[in-house]
Amino acid sequence: MNALLKKIIWLLIVVTGAAAVGGIALNRGEEISALWFVAAALCVYALAYRFYGAWIAATVLVLDETRATPAERFDNGRDFMPTNRWIVFGHHFAAIAGPGPLVGPTLAAQFGYLPGTLWILVGAVLGGCVQDMVTLFFSMRRDGRSLGQMARDELGPVGGAASLIGTLAIMIILIAVLGLVVVNAMKHSPWATSTVASTIPIAMLVGLYMRNFRPGRVLEASALGVALLLLAVVMGGWIDHSAWRGLFDQEGLTLAWMVIAYGFAAAILPVWLLLAPRDYLSTYIKLGTILLLAIAILFLQPTIKMPALTQFIDGSGPIFGGKLFPFVFITIACGAISGFHALIASGTTPKLLANERDIRLIGYGGMVLESFVAIMALIAATVLEPGVYFAINSPAGVVGKEAVDAVARISAWGFPVTVEQMQLLASQMGESSLFARTGGAPSLAVGMASIFGSAFGAGMLALWYHFAIMFEAIFILTTLDAGTRVGRFMLQDMLGNLWPKMGETSWMPSVMLTSALVVGAWGYFLYIGVIDPNGGVNLLWPLFGIANQMLAAIALCVGTGILIKSGRLKHAWITGVPLTWLVIVTTTAAWEKITSADIRIGFFAAARDLDVKLASGQLPAAKAAVAPQLIFNQQLDAWLTIFFVITLWVIVLDMLRIASRHLSGKPVPPVSESAHIPSRLVEDFARD
Amino acid sequence: MMKSIRLKLQQLWHGLRRLSGDDAYERYLAHCLAHHGESTPLTRDAFFKQWQDEKWKGVKRCC
Repeated sequence: MNALLKKIIWLLIVVTGAAAVGGIALNRGEEISALWFVAAALCVYALAYRFYGAWIAATVLVLDETRATPAERFDNGRDFMPTNRWIVFGHHFAAIAGPGPLVGPTLAAQFGYLPGTLWILVGAVLGGCVQDMVTLFFSMRRDGRSLGQMARDELGPVGGAASLIGTLAIMIILIAVLGLVVVNAMKHSPWATSTVASTIPIAMLVGLYMRNFRPGRVLEASALGVALLLLAVVMGGWIDHSAWRGLFDQEGLTLAWMVIAYGFAAAILPVWLLLAPRDYLSTYIKLGTILLLAIAILFLQPTIKMPALTQFIDGSGPIFGGKLFPFVFITIACGAISGFHALIASGTTPKLLANERDIRLIGYGGMVLESFVAIMALIAATVLEPGVYFAINSPAGVVGKEAVDAVARISAWGFPVTVEQMQLLASQMGESSLFARTGGAPSLAVGMASIFGSAFGAGMLALWYHFAIMFEAIFILTTLDAGTRVGRFMLQDMLGNLWPKMGETSWMPSVMLTSALVVGAWGYFLYIGVIDPNGGVNLLWPLFGIANQMLAAIALCVGTGILIKSGRLKHAWITGVPLTWLVIVTTTAAWEKITSADIRIGFFAAARDLDVKLASGQLPAAKAAVAPQLIFNQQLDAWLTIFFVITLWVIVLDMLRIASRHLSGKPVPPVSESAHIPSRLVEDFARD
Repeated sequence: MMKSIRLKLQQLWHGLRRLSGDDAYERYLAHCLAHHGESTPLTRDAFFKQWQDEKWKGVKRCC
């Protein structure tokens, strides 16, 4: 009876899911409720988790719950520690969910709601979740070793070096593009700027509280910090109408320099003073806001205004250039498949697992939840009137600097919008203008504010808008701090091989030099992104997507290699299929970014075009002054893309070489799995 | 009924403390007691400093 009931319930989920996905996919021209998206997502996730995830766990990986995990074997009460699976889930999710799944889907909404939604759902359940789960499993079976170490042990030194360089490169590009998102959100917005600026002293205060005043009282300190953050949002509104206004009303370039200076300070300041407390605050705000957004969407059931597909699938999109294939798969990385997760899944998380059977919940389930965040971000972007969405997200270089030109251009695309409408919206949101606020953060904030506003009272739209900006900025800045520091450690490690003194992480000259190098690297891309009249997003986000997908391909190569070497060739397609897809997508995107004659897609084409215009004196003086830098940068980006795609192919070919050697009986690096030690926790293991 | 609600709230509170690391020192003391009974554990102050510095090595946050 019970079994029958279960079957009926799963059948109902299948039918509901199919109806929802079908409804979304086949709907044309009619407005559709966001609830369909939530229903489609939840059904797809439930089915994938229950059947595909469970099948991978039982048949491919063969999880063994009687085997002692590293947490049990090396239990030291600190980093290795058997931990309740929901607690591990919380830690893992907080670590993997950053600004990526919010920004990517917002930008990809230029193609319409359909491509993004389908890729987020399919990419996550067949790609991202599998990558996270498999990486977590293999790292756990190797005492919690990192992706780089696994690549070196299992594939050889080439794979190891590629993953190390890949990680450093993606970190640099990621920080630059996130910095750009924050700068664009703060540009000429005293309210946003003052709120974001105040998060720095608030974090420091919380840090001092936890370190000196009441050591270790993390929750007390965090509660204080969250209260102060909310107060800072309100105070920002007051500053916006006070004499202080001018102090926080800054140009993009000034703000970029401030972000760069901040990044350098954060990298050399002690962790406890800024990074650790900021991370606590951002985690609470992030989890709280995501929950609030989910409740608001369920409660309010907003209507999606964006069409299923727009004409921009032909590659002429204003937000970023490039056709639907391959660029939607590059733009939405986090939320569908993100290589960065492999670093977390082979870092802290495997050291906490109390039992192997928890891997499905944490590896597969954690990514499912992140994917759901991406779906919500997509909903928040597509509930806006398409005209408004394009007015906010299109750079001035594409639609024109003047509001009249911009609305005329956007309306001509078939997305009507008026100057009055945009002015009203801006004044409702407490901003002076919302035109050309690229980067995704402002349009997401407008979307969130309108959802929150209609769910919890419309009188506070401006407060909600700036709350949403603060929410995005605070964890972008956390990623910026943490990423700069990781980059610094990696660089110190590399330089330590040449000169051991440089490898000492507390030697001040080394700290200063490596921090300056890392900050200088991402600061350069941020600077270029800000001065580029076409908006740096078009330049940087595809580069970031390519880098992130390259890292995912490395993780999938490691996974596929180990599966084949450990005699699981028959099932190697679980990572092999997403790997093949990523290789196709990344290579095609890189090819177009390098060779396309369209100046909004091809880096070299853009450089040549600018060169010709500069030489023939067609450029206005202001643009001519920065043109040489832009030309150099376009060429640099092209070479960087070439480098990424070569790295990708090197590791793929290396993996195939190892696999074919193994299959033809030739010697390969041995499978480095730790020995089986029976768990003592199993019999008397009480879930704490 | 009231009792089970209180129990649930208590569990939630414990989970929150565990997740945030608020109870890290208590867990450390319990660990010391269980595994190395004789050595003197660190003070709360010293432990927290070490715990925090250790927690922030390596890749901890993602995009």
